[in-house]
Amino acid sequence: MERPAKVIYLDHAATTAVDPRVVEAMQPYWTERYGNASSIYSLGREAAQAMASARATVADILHCEPKEIIFTSCGSESDNLALRGVAFAQRHRGKGHHIITSSIEHHAVSHTCEQLEKYFDFEVTYLPVDRYAMVDPDEVRRAIRDDTVLISVMTANNEVGTIQPIAEIGRIAHERGIPFHTDAVQAGGALPLDVNDLHVDLLSLSAHKFYGPKGVGVLYVRKGTPLLSMQTGGAHEHKRRAGTENVAGIVGLATALKLAYDHAAENNARITALRERLIRGVLESIPDAQLTGHPTQRLPNNASFVFKYIEGESILINLDLLGICASSGSACSSASLEPSHVLLAMGIPAEVAHGSLRLTLGRENTEEDVDYVLQVLPGIVKKLRMMSPLYPGNK
Amino acid sequence: MEYSELVMEHFMNPRNVGVIEDPDGVGKEGNPVCGDLMEIFIKVEDDRIVDIKFRTFGCGAAIATSSIATEMVKGKTLDEAEELTNRAVAEALGGLPPIKMHCSNLASDAIHAAIADYRRRRNGSKKNESSQKTSEVPKSSEV
Repeated sequence: MERPAKVIYLDHAATTAVDPRVVEAMQPYWTERYGNASSIYSLGREAAQAMASARATVADILHCEPKEIIFTSCGSESDNLALRGVAFAQRHRGKGHHIITSSIEHHAVSHTCEQLEKYFDFEVTYLPVDRYAMVDPDEVRRAIRDDTVLISVMTANNEVGTIQPIAEIGRIAHERGIPFHTDAVQAGGALPLDVNDLHVDLLSLSAHKFYGPKGVGVLYVRKGTPLLSMQTGGAHEHKRRAGTENVAGIVGLATALKLAYDHAAENNARITALRERLIRGVLESIPDAQLTGHPTQRLPNNASFVFKYIEGESILINLDLLGICASSGSACSSASLEPSHVLLAMGIPAEVAHGSLRLTLGRENTEEDVDYVLQVLPGIVKKLRMMSPLYPGNK
Repeated sequence: MEYSELVMEHFMNPRNVGVIEDPDGVGKEGNPVCGDLMEIFIKVEDDRIVDIKFRTFGCGAAIATSSIATEMVKGKTLDEAEELTNRAVAEALGGLPPIKMHCSNLASDAIHAAIADYRRRRNGSKKNESSQKTSEVPKSSEV
């Protein structure tokens, strides 16, 4: 089928375009300054200096020491290293085998927890969430046991955008001396990431969510946190993550993160206004639609909904044909047969969860983009409902 | 995931959407909890499907398979229509992504259910001349 002339990208939670300034900053590290940062000659030293500078930039934004930053290959690797690394190190020290996490984590966390349970005899408590996908810090307090070795709760949810009470959970963890990890992949570039304010010991980031390149991430690890390296080899990243560093990617990550936080306030204000316009418009023009996630404690760019009586993938295909890129937590738009575990955990019935739509705004979006969606989406929903045996309007 | 041109064509312009007010048979397949539900309504004359309509809750593949399957059996005898398989429906569409072969390809099952419903109603009315045509939709066989 014909491609529409204009593409309106509303899936920034999936990935973002690399900022041209980031591309420019990365450019020298492919063909000119290609040295291995471990080498002692000048080419190698240049690479090492570029990495040191990138590490200092990231540390500055996280309010931590450069040594506490580990560069990884992606957000999933950061989550894997945090969970397994701490769990195994803690057990080795005889601290126990109990982990606390939430029921709405990204699969990089939840599937790692499931593996730790199934193959490595850890016990995992999956905390429930309320109808807005919010974790109650009191539930964390109640779940803590003497043998709890790690708590992991995401900063903001990737599907519905709900921002969790991380600082409060962190305080509870620290009162009990339990390491606290947060997957901040969706929050990176938008929400404040001061690791001391947040009371976190480990924090995951991924560059491609904030206009940086794919294939590079960060794991912040507070000094003194027990962590067994998962990838062994050379002494890279202070012996916590072996492997020749992705210098260009690391430079790109730091450049992108700095650009994001230099302009976070104005970007957030503009994007939040677009989000509100979109949410209001959808709820006003489409009956039997519901905003998912918290009404106010949500990521500036996340507008997510469920539409009763229809299925998400059919909405996505219709939007795609009009040039609008979006995503859904429906089973049919993923490789699994289950609808989103996040929506189910929020108490949304499975048949309704199949009708989910996530629109995530970004820097390049305009009011015109939002208005275009508002112009076409009600018709798409209506057309699909006319076909649906579930729609009461058809009886 | 890539859909064929024909899947997209049927998805965007589905044939035979709707209900038949006074159907001779109704078939239902799938389960909304699993994300797919199809309803097929048939009108039968002289053992031939003279009209057919569908309503589907589901993904692109579910809607496209419903649409083409109704086209494939319209005008066919019941015996011919009973020979339709889910595989044949998928092939007529130029194939489906592997993950869609099971969950979203239920149209021929729904058509078979509608034919079974028709035969049941007819047998029922033959056995008991005074019995009324039941309009009850058969229970879906859940997937």
